[in-house]
Amino acid sequence: MKLFKRLIPWILLVFAFFILPVMADKDLFGFSQFRLNLFGRYFSLAFVALGIDLIWGYTGLLSLGQGIFFSLGGYAIAMHLLLVTKNDFTTGANGLPKFFENYGVDQLPFFWEPFWSFLVSIAAIFIVPSIVAGLVGYLIFRNRIKGVYFSIITQASLMVFYHFFNGQQKLVNGTNGLKTSTTEIFGLQAGSDDAQLLFYRITLILLPFAFLLCKYLTSGRFGDSLIGIRDDEPRLRFSGFNPTPFKVIVFIVAGALAGVSGALYTVQSGIVSPQFMSISMSIEMVIWVAVGGRGTLVGPILGAVVVNYLRSLVSEALPEAWLFVQGALFVFVVVLMPDGIYGWFTKGGFRAMLAAFGLAKKTATYPKLDLDESAQSESASA
Amino acid sequence: MELVFSQILDGLSIGSVLLLAATGLAIVFGLMGVINLAHGEFMMLGAYVTFVVQNIFRPLGGTAFELYYIVALVASFVVTALVGVLLERTLIRRLYGRPLETLLATWGVSLILIQFVRSVSLAMVLGIGVTALLGWLAQRFLPMSLKQASFSSYLGGAVWALAGVLGIFSINIFVSFGRFFSNPWFGPRNIDVTAPKWLQGSWGSVAGIELPGIRIFIIVLSALLLAAVAWFLTKSVWGVRIRSVTQNREMSNCLGIPTDSVDSITFGIGSGLAGVAGCAITLLGSVGPNLGASYIVSCFMVIVLGGVGNLVGTVIASMMLGIIQSIIGSGSLLIAFPDMPSGLQAVTEFFATTSMSLVLVFIFIIAFLQFKPTGMFPQKGRSVDA
Repeated sequence: MKLFKRLIPWILLVFAFFILPVMADKDLFGFSQFRLNLFGRYFSLAFVALGIDLIWGYTGLLSLGQGIFFSLGGYAIAMHLLLVTKNDFTTGANGLPKFFENYGVDQLPFFWEPFWSFLVSIAAIFIVPSIVAGLVGYLIFRNRIKGVYFSIITQASLMVFYHFFNGQQKLVNGTNGLKTSTTEIFGLQAGSDDAQLLFYRITLILLPFAFLLCKYLTSGRFGDSLIGIRDDEPRLRFSGFNPTPFKVIVFIVAGALAGVSGALYTVQSGIVSPQFMSISMSIEMVIWVAVGGRGTLVGPILGAVVVNYLRSLVSEALPEAWLFVQGALFVFVVVLMPDGIYGWFTKGGFRAMLAAFGLAKKTATYPKLDLDESAQSESASA
Repeated sequence: MELVFSQILDGLSIGSVLLLAATGLAIVFGLMGVINLAHGEFMMLGAYVTFVVQNIFRPLGGTAFELYYIVALVASFVVTALVGVLLERTLIRRLYGRPLETLLATWGVSLILIQFVRSVSLAMVLGIGVTALLGWLAQRFLPMSLKQASFSSYLGGAVWALAGVLGIFSINIFVSFGRFFSNPWFGPRNIDVTAPKWLQGSWGSVAGIELPGIRIFIIVLSALLLAAVAWFLTKSVWGVRIRSVTQNREMSNCLGIPTDSVDSITFGIGSGLAGVAGCAITLLGSVGPNLGASYIVSCFMVIVLGGVGNLVGTVIASMMLGIIQSIIGSGSLLIAFPDMPSGLQAVTEFFATTSMSLVLVFIFIIAFLQFKPTGMFPQKGRSVDA
């Protein structure tokens, strides 16, 4: 039973990898290519949620600026795709991406140059956000800025990047963003069904690696130090630890995950724009983690998929209602379900509810202790 | 030079609006340690209250209409203060000691407020009334045995959820009654408030520079309100209580200060100030449901820069932000100093839009925090966390 519980996420993953594409191909149970593409996007958002879980759920730092790293990853892949693709939709008369024509730019801005190379671009997807995260993180944590201050400063940094990308039409097409749906990758058009299936599969292959990376980071001494920072930072400092490097490292990892997430999301949604850096987007990312369950690693993935699926269902049925639902979700989760869905099940919330209705045995201490016969007999004999 | 002066005046008036909003935020943050992300939406509520008051006064015409703005100022303060107290009593009180969660919950509230303003109609108000009535009735007439059962909290939740669903159904029914019920009151579009005649135009001139009435009025208004807040905090009984709870909550509680009421009152005043700020914004241009988002981050920056619980810091920080933003963003430096070195000119030109000036200001603030992490006027204390 225990083994089975551990295997559930992996079984679901294998299911999503093999069965869903087939269902989409044959239009089984109303599951279409369109839905498959949506699910690909949700899974790509799970990466950024994992990163937020590392810094918020484990280290207790609420970053409202993950959108920066998310978008940087998205822009990295989009710039590469726009450069290497040569077709009528994306290439202008002077051989540069078409949007440059609108602003009369005929020389490629210098920072576009490295993105000719595929390998450099792939590396840039997570290295550029890491560098930015490291820099921002170091400057903030060095001064022991934390708590609410940290949140609003990350939000301010987000606004810096948002306004910068929004205002610089000649460099990155400003508010219109970069469209990738007409570009070509691996000989396929990025917007086509085949390419989308490929992106979906890449997302699902990478997700377990991200999960295992987070698992590795959160178990063992490093993870314990993170939890120490979350629960009592002064005490950690007094016992001789310097929390700054821990925080910076975890912020960098979260930034890198956000970058990967942004790149995968961009190719699947067909566009990257400064809207990804809006204040609301970054806060939404946090709520996925909160809904799924922070401080767990399954939670963020669950939350990213569930909340976004809910979002598309609600907005399809009643577009105006989504903000109400989302707002209510924020309030509900924070007030009544602080451990999220996954935490509610694993930390005994579900048992407690069954017990309240008389459907399960009431437990006085922890279910693990109360329902374990060997533990009970030991305490009885003692 | 005159151009720069008028830009400074512009900056001062924007800074005054920021000051009004940030003062409320700063008092609340100092007292309870929570950041209210719905603060910007309280400004928006204040603006909409002004709009409503204007529309009520419009049929009166003449002198009565000229005075509507005074009524609107009071009304926007009272309404937003009441909404703030309601929010504090129902939500924020439950999250005491969890500032990050409060941040998220208030963001949820702000989303609800935005969408509420966009789509509120008579049918919706009636639907909410139906929900509240049904929920209240169910709580009232539920048998005692059920209320004391072990599953009562789940039952209560289910009852309210059911009442909510019935409320949504009733909205659909009310909508079918006709356009009078279903028409949204404000809609998603921007609304316009006409300033009364005595505010329009110029209020004389100093050294050949026109003094636009609206801007001067906003500056004077915020100065007066700030003085009132300062008086309240230092001289009145409740103000002293607020300051004592800000300094040491546990000790104040032990000495018999009702911290609950202090929290409510402070939150109410803070929200009310945001409402007045919103009322002032209506004079500067048309306002929409998304008004809050454009001011809230600047308000946070004022707090970060000025330090917590310090009115002087808030004043200096908000004026600095307003003036820098206005001067650099308008590009008037380029016109005022045409013969600056070419490198400097290129930099100034690069930042000479509203959004790029924000970028510059934020970069400046983040750099500033490297030297003074707790703002210009930090709170003195000896706690470990400081």
